[in-house]
Amino acid sequence: MKVHLTRRYHFAASHRLHLADCSDAENQRIYGKCNNPHGHGHNYAVEVTVSGPVDIATGMVCNLADLDGFSNKEIVERFDHTNLSMLPDFEGEVPTTERLCVKIYDIYKRSFKHAHLEKVRIEETAKNSFEYTGRA
Amino acid sequence: MIYLTRKGEFAASHYYHNPAFTPEENQRVFGKCANMNGHGHNYVLEVTVKGEIDERTGFVVDLKELKDIMNREVVDAMDHRHLNKEVPEFASAIPTTENIAIVAWKRLQPHMKVAKLHRVRVYENADLFADFYGEE
Ligand SMILES: [Zn+2]
Repeated sequence: MKVHLTRRYHFAASHRLHLADCSDAENQRIYGKCNNPHGHGHNYAVEVTVSGPVDIATGMVCNLADLDGFSNKEIVERFDHTNLSMLPDFEGEVPTTERLCVKIYDIYKRSFKHAHLEKVRIEETAKNSFEYTGRA
Repeated sequence: MIYLTRKGEFAASHYYHNPAFTPEENQRVFGKCANMNGHGHNYVLEVTVKGEIDERTGFVVDLKELKDIMNREVVDAMDHRHLNKEVPEFASAIPTTENIAIVAWKRLQPHMKVAKLHRVRVYENADLFADFYGEE
């Protein structure tokens, strides 16, 4: 019987939304407060949803130890207390939460093999959230 | 089609143990959850039903009736219980969040008349939940 399992992880990071090839005025118009040259930060919550049949012997879609081990190493440790704008992941790109959501989805899609990936959802604040379910 | 979701809460204890495993295997697969003295959680049950809005009442489902079914079949049956020892389904299945969602679905499903059961979500805590949509 197929079940969806969702786990939430938390990390804090800063970013600045800025396009190098635009004027200051234009950056201000597009990104507003998020263009502050000193950057600003968020407590991100990442929700990853995986699915699969429930293993009769364990009662699990996938062992949480595997999901937590992977997520802590590949997501939390990679992004926690970093400045996203300075990471190679976002070289030449503006680190919006849309892009972060796609990056994190791709990391699971590429390397997490214990269950089927359904969705990555990120809360940037309690008011803004983003979801990615893969290329349509 | 409209969807309605109602929440319920129950606190229960459990442990994860498969009698077919050696003690070492139980420890390796289930980690802390293998402690045979058990441990507990504040579970949140979220039941989503779907259907058409009744012309006269404006309801998709009689909420009082849904609440009574949820309380009788799941919340009261599991609240302040030891899931392994007091909920018959878990005499043979591991009471993981995944399996609790499946058991809740199977208990609720036969009592749904007008509205159809769409999803049963069970939160073990704010950072972990399982969704069951029935057998597809
Ligand atoms: Zn537990």
